[in-house]
Amino acid sequence: MVAPGGSAPGLLDRRLLFVTGKGGVGKTTVAAALAMEAAQSGKRTLVCEADAKGDMADFYETGPLTFEPRTVEDGLDAMAMQTEASLREYLRLQLHVPMLVRIGALARAFDFVALAAPGVREILTVGKLAYEVRAGHYDLVVVDGPATGHIVGQLASPSGIRDLVQVGMIRHQTEWMLELLHDPAVTGVVVVSAPEDMPVNETLELLDRLERLTGVDLAAVVMNRVLPELFSRRQQEIAAALDTSGSPPLRLLVEAADLATRLRRSRTPHLRRLRTELGDRAPLLYLPDLFTRVPGRRTTRLIAEALGAELGVVGATRPVGGGP
Amino acid sequence: MTATVEEVLAGREVVVTCGSGGVGKTTMAAALGTLAALHMGGRVLVLTVDPARRLADALGLEALGNVSRRVPQDAFSAAGLAPRGELWAAMLDTKASWDDLVRVQAPDEQTAARILANRMYENITGTFVQSHDYIAMERLYELHTSGDWDLLVIDTPPTRNAIDFLDAPARMADFFSSRFLRLLTAPARSRFATAASRPFYQVADRILGSQFLEDIAEFFLLFQSMYDGFVERARAVEALLSDRRTTFVVVSTLEAAPVREAEFFCDELAARRLHLGAVVLNRVLPEWMADPAAGVLAHELDADPRPMAERLVLTDRVDAEVDVAEVAATLDTIADNYLRYQIVARREATERDRMARRADVVARVPLVAGDIGDVAALAAIAEELRRG
Repeated sequence: MVAPGGSAPGLLDRRLLFVTGKGGVGKTTVAAALAMEAAQSGKRTLVCEADAKGDMADFYETGPLTFEPRTVEDGLDAMAMQTEASLREYLRLQLHVPMLVRIGALARAFDFVALAAPGVREILTVGKLAYEVRAGHYDLVVVDGPATGHIVGQLASPSGIRDLVQVGMIRHQTEWMLELLHDPAVTGVVVVSAPEDMPVNETLELLDRLERLTGVDLAAVVMNRVLPELFSRRQQEIAAALDTSGSPPLRLLVEAADLATRLRRSRTPHLRRLRTELGDRAPLLYLPDLFTRVPGRRTTRLIAEALGAELGVVGATRPVGGGP
Repeated sequence: MTATVEEVLAGREVVVTCGSGGVGKTTMAAALGTLAALHMGGRVLVLTVDPARRLADALGLEALGNVSRRVPQDAFSAAGLAPRGELWAAMLDTKASWDDLVRVQAPDEQTAARILANRMYENITGTFVQSHDYIAMERLYELHTSGDWDLLVIDTPPTRNAIDFLDAPARMADFFSSRFLRLLTAPARSRFATAASRPFYQVADRILGSQFLEDIAEFFLLFQSMYDGFVERARAVEALLSDRRTTFVVVSTLEAAPVREAEFFCDELAARRLHLGAVVLNRVLPEWMADPAAGVLAHELDADPRPMAERLVLTDRVDAEVDVAEVAATLDTIADNYLRYQIVARREATERDRMARRADVVARVPLVAGDIGDVAALAAIAEELRRG
């Protein structure tokens, strides 16, 4: 996925990044960290939680996020998508009929149409985010998007609406949205995966569907929770000898090391499979398993640093598809 | 804790597994089905609604469609197992299920054909009213009333919100009774008849274009012919979920976000007076990962591994030719690794205590290295579930 006549743009040089992935792989973590890293590197960044689960706030340790962006760090604003608020904003900006009609009833009516008509809810999300990019309010908009099952529907909504709606304002607006979405210098998808069977399967399926159904560029695949190699071969032998002779507590320590080694071994083939199948379609970034179970600002910062380091490596020396 | 997962399954006809994405819900549905087939007998069907074919992976089946397939006897005998009953699996085909439903509910064949041919139909069944959730519940009802199965284990779709599917039948009924649907499907000439609806049409026309609205209207007009059938079905599906033959199994890992969602789910079940059969905690670290004596030793070694390395070399506990420095480095790595896992194990213990209060039956399935890719692996999980 290389921009015509040039090399693929750097991940953080794009303007709109949709982060997706199978449930449980750390999609929100990566989106939060990516936005933090962008802000650290001096970009005015907006991060948006699009699936309304409310998890994003924990990653910055702020109160609940709202549709109105709030500054969570220098250069970093965060918001939560609410389609009804997005619709209200849209009506205000586009129709210039602020309170002409009872907006509540109208919004409810539209909420109903959104339930009924295909893609309306999705386009209100994509439309708001694309608008932020187009208006130049931010250098980069990072979207904590829906999981793999829903992201294609969301990204395909503008073209779906364009096909269904022959005339009207919406149709006109799908044109510029599609222009932004289909420009690899502007928009990209970041797919988060984990080195396990099902996450890798789902990632590979998603890559195909993204390409076939959305026309949005794949910006990167992030392999999360990569376990470190614990021992050299020699150390492995020493550890194995300890196992049969050590004191009970030492045996537990050795057993834990053994579990870690087996976990890593079981994950390696999946990592390799993703790397092979991905080929040179997009850079593959690795994030270490951080052995934490609780999200927070500190975790987000650690991941952001790891991402920054990976981006440096991938951008500078490591061939695409290379790695540990 | 007296009851076991097996006792929870006994006397039930429907088991619904739920929980947030990535916790192993589908695998757990397959394992519960395996448990029932192995130890309780009868005809057991595991229905997954996930388009990613996870259950197919776990059961080693090449492809699943809307048809139910029996997990071959060979798959069990290869694992040295002799099930008392039959294990079947099926995957929900959303599109095919909608088509079936339309054929059943449409007043006549002609209307059914017009709905199926409508250019909006495909789009709409793909997205509207959480159609996956609804059709999953609908299909569950269909399978249950067929009387072909002793036990149905249904895996729930990956929803944005775990309770979405519980509300899907009610929402479907609401949808068909909505006054906005009436607005939308009102004949064009009477559209501007009432002051209340005029602004809606004015704005809607301007934004969406009147042709689009008319397309929608025509479609829903057709769809509305199925109103009575749909509402009745939705109520029946709801009744099945709250039937005492139905139970829910909440699956979670011990990470913060899934636990929070699991707790929320338990509350929602209670609020709806639905039966919470068990909580299954998946991929749990072994308890010895938080062993106090091992923790003390790890801290010692982390600070300075040399004394023990020297002792081990001196006492021939490791090969005498080994360099003390290398033994020390190994011990350091081992200690470091233990301390990392210990942090996680301790956090897990806290979450586990919280979850233990949420249900009468709380089962734990340990973290294992490797994939759940065959019946033997499912049977191993089934054993963990039986143990509780």
